[in-house]
Amino acid sequence: MSFFSFGQSAEIDIVLKDAETRKRVEHKTEDGKKDKYFLLYDGETVSGNVNVTLKNPGKRLEHQGIKMEFIGQIELYYDRGNHHEFVSLVKDLARPGELTQSQAFDFEFTHVEKPYESYTGQNVKLRYFLRATVSRRLNDISKEMDIVVHTLSTYPELNSSIKMEVGIEDCLHIEFEYNKSKYHLKDVIVGKIYFLLVRLKIRHMEIDIIKRETTGTGPNVYHENDTIAKYEIMDGAPVRGESIPIRLFLAGYEMTPTMRDINKKYSVRYYLNLVLIDEEERRYFKQQEITLWRKGDIVKKSMSHQAAIASQRFKGSSSAEKALAQAQAKEQ
Amino acid sequence: MADTIADTRRLFSKPQNLNDAYGPPSNFLEIDVSNPETVGVGRTRFTTYEIRLKTNLPIFKLKESRVRRRYSDFEWLRGELERDSKVVVPPLPGKALFRQLPFRGDDGIFDDSFIEERRAGLEQFLNKVAGHPLAQNERCLHMFLQDESVDKTYTPSKIRQA
Repeated sequence: MSFFSFGQSAEIDIVLKDAETRKRVEHKTEDGKKDKYFLLYDGETVSGNVNVTLKNPGKRLEHQGIKMEFIGQIELYYDRGNHHEFVSLVKDLARPGELTQSQAFDFEFTHVEKPYESYTGQNVKLRYFLRATVSRRLNDISKEMDIVVHTLSTYPELNSSIKMEVGIEDCLHIEFEYNKSKYHLKDVIVGKIYFLLVRLKIRHMEIDIIKRETTGTGPNVYHENDTIAKYEIMDGAPVRGESIPIRLFLAGYEMTPTMRDINKKYSVRYYLNLVLIDEEERRYFKQQEITLWRKGDIVKKSMSHQAAIASQRFKGSSSAEKALAQAQAKEQ
Repeated sequence: MADTIADTRRLFSKPQNLNDAYGPPSNFLEIDVSNPETVGVGRTRFTTYEIRLKTNLPIFKLKESRVRRRYSDFEWLRGELERDSKVVVPPLPGKALFRQLPFRGDDGIFDDSFIEERRAGLEQFLNKVAGHPLAQNERCLHMFLQDESVDKTYTPSKIRQA
């Protein structure tokens, strides 16, 4: 928007339908800050209205058309100029003409495909946004509104445990086991490390969760590793026959689902790194990939029942109990 | 309103054999560097240190051994390991060339405090090296720790276990 315009200008405001009740989630921006955005899912209709408010109420606004776009794009940081759009929908809201007063326009994109999850990473960003544009001869007026998309999965049919024997010949043999190979983001990793042979003086053992973001193809592949968590599971020297339990709650860590070859542009994978450290600070480790997936929230009870329970928790009064009983009666 | 609670019970594991639990661990390896003795006269004097090893690791032929070595033997060992094994070999305590210059107020390299400093550094060096799984495969390490004398004309090789 031009600061030196002498003519008419306008402000654009995009409002989603159901904005008050729709869920908002936190999503990291490129500079590390966290903002809240509306959450949408694959297949959901994206609808709402655009308010075009004239800056100078008396004057007219001439325009070459008003349109609304829904865009899903991938941006590689090392190649900022090329935004790769994998979803691009347009709806014309107004033909070229003029606005004599502030006006609101409805828009609807039915059953929009949103195949990938929103992701802001170290070297790549995938985002979805709505963009309303008032085209003009010299300069367009536009407004973008980012939304966040989560991809949900159901419980995997096959979810075998990971069990392996590894070691250094005649020095250290261990058998590690993790109860699953696919974990949802609020899951718990339950496992154990069984020592078969210990001819080293081990001081300490930990599990690290490592996130690896891979961008680029062919000879230009670039991996960026990030240690999300370091979790000590043993302090002290184990001997043969000892079994060390693992119980690692994933909900406490900021992680995304595993993303494989998204639009052939990037991948985000997660690994468990088992690290043993001996008395002389030597490190022995074994890395194992795990698949992370996002589970949908289960809405078990109706809104009124939930509200009744919430008020009971805070007030504990007879009126709240009455409300709860009423809600229960309504359910039946 | 809660989701199904995840099953966080421990995985099943065999109970540990009591002998394994309370018996001596299989990782016993103790190396002491002590008893510095200066031998010889005048310019040809040098200090030797007693290296005592006690272990239950099968890779060491002798479960107990006692040898005497001098600083240059340590330097030889470090050189061999750097060349042959993929180990990042820790540094030795200093060579102290300046202490070997004449006209010093103290006893130079035969000064008690210097010998003690060096002894401690050599002990630390040996403990770091002898416990390394890759260094334990080198013939030079076993010759240094357990053979009567160091044969610098030996053929470098790796230890093969039956």
